Amino acid sequence: MSIQENNSDQIGRMVEMQPSKDIGQAERFRRRRDRFLTVVSPLILLLIWEIVIQLGLLDSRLFPAPSMIVGTFYDLVASGELWRHLSISLIRIAVGFFFGAIAGVTVGTLMGVMPVVGAVLSPIVASVYPIPKIAIFPLIMVLFGLGEMSKFVVVAIAVFFYMVINTVAGVSNVDRIYRDVGRSFRVSRLRSVFQITLPAAMPMIIAGLRVSAGVSLLVLVSAEFVGAESGIGFLVWNSWQVFDVRSMFVGIIVIGFLGWASFTLLDAIERVCLPWAPKNRR
Amino acid sequence: MKASVTGVETVFPDSEGTGQNGPEQVRISMELRGLGKKFLVGTGEFQALQSIDLDVGVGEFVCFLGASGCGKTTLLRILGGLEKHTEGSLRFYQEKSGQPPTSIVFQEVSIFPWLTVWDNVAFGLRARHAPKALIKERVSFYIEKVGLTPFRDHYPHQLSGGMKQRVSIARAFANDPEVLLLDEPFSALDERNKATLQDELLRIWEETGKTIVFVTHSIDEAIYLADRILVFAGPPGHITQIHRPDFVRPRNLTALRATPEYKRLVGSILEGLGISGEPSDAIE
Repeated sequence: MSIQENNSDQIGRMVEMQPSKDIGQAERFRRRRDRFLTVVSPLILLLIWEIVIQLGLLDSRLFPAPSMIVGTFYDLVASGELWRHLSISLIRIAVGFFFGAIAGVTVGTLMGVMPVVGAVLSPIVASVYPIPKIAIFPLIMVLFGLGEMSKFVVVAIAVFFYMVINTVAGVSNVDRIYRDVGRSFRVSRLRSVFQITLPAAMPMIIAGLRVSAGVSLLVLVSAEFVGAESGIGFLVWNSWQVFDVRSMFVGIIVIGFLGWASFTLLDAIERVCLPWAPKNRR
Repeated sequence: MKASVTGVETVFPDSEGTGQNGPEQVRISMELRGLGKKFLVGTGEFQALQSIDLDVGVGEFVCFLGASGCGKTTLLRILGGLEKHTEGSLRFYQEKSGQPPTSIVFQEVSIFPWLTVWDNVAFGLRARHAPKALIKERVSFYIEKVGLTPFRDHYPHQLSGGMKQRVSIARAFANDPEVLLLDEPFSALDERNKATLQDELLRIWEETGKTIVFVTHSIDEAIYLADRILVFAGPPGHITQIHRPDFVRPRNLTALRATPEYKRLVGSILEGLGISGEPSDAIE
């Protein structure tokens, strides 16, 4: 509001504040709309893609439209080829993720609750964490062979660092009052870790699992590009090598689906494990 | 801090005016002798508490009254085992082995958000591996006492501020310590809730006969609740006055305020706090 406007001779007056007829309809509408959009937005993306190709804006030999891929997808499913690659990738992720997460949460907790461990390990974690794990995959293959073990290890290492960082953050940000309560009840150190520190840090740990799920997919696919004879990453890379672009796209879409599925799964886990977390309150 | 006060026959020493009205012998819950606390700050030392002598009898309701920063919360944290005293001695009576000396009701919300009301109240007993049957009995007893039985399976975020503080009180009582420590437990509540909870606390105290140390900065609250008011000043924190408001319970503050005894008591306390002039409720 400029000074000029206020400068008029007008004296003070009552200003009407408009009432609203909305007793919550707008909020309800917004919620329903958002739920609808969550389902529809991937479909819209596919639709745009389809239109772009059908209009000939992109070369359909390099960028086949979704409708062109459906047939290939069906063939890959029917022959069992897709499931073979998918299942082997899922096993690699599951094993690597499991061990990486357990180790990461354990080390992260120790670093968070024992200052000595934190002081020793945090510079090491900070310097090793940003090294792309795929860059050390050749070394991992030298150490663990060309078989499954090297894939488990590369996924586990990637997950490990994300979980360490998130767990340390969660553990060291536990509200001081909760530790005071534990000490006022003379709770043993070990019990305090399991009954107070870890539950309080759980939202951060689950956020770490969420990021780790995506990271494990990322790392595994790149590892399968260069050092595997099977798996969803191999499917993508191999299809590209033989210029089977449609199969390659099936692989890419499956990877995208896995990312979405991991998020959905973690949402469900979070709702069950953290009924008290602010975002799950109703 | 493990030491038990030897013998039940221990009598109040009268040296600093702590003697009971009659010649009756009172078992001591807690005994402080020349207790002090020093902190290392920057280049020097900070004396937070200095030579505190105090005996608290079993079942007594004691209020620590003082302005913010006078060390009364530090003393409470020492009594609660959160910090160590650096001078003097501190002893608690122990009924039987395993009985904790103290439990604290904190000023801020301190119940665990990831546990239900029931599990929160059971926390202390479970932590010291009490028998299951005992846990069940005590927890349901105190949840009932604070009127939260219908909410026993609720999470803290589903409760109001007053209800959360009730859970905290039930959690401390259920742990069955020798002394209950309450650190301005009602200061975040509205007046009505505060009055209700004060009465609930007095009722539970009378029914259980527990020893209570209650920290407050409200003169009215201290007079309403306490058998004995210890006025603190500092730093270094020390006891400047001891008062025994012997008004008949249940006390009625509105009626009391009109009495000369009340006015004299408030005037004297204000003097002890280093404030003169009109009585005011809150001292900051």
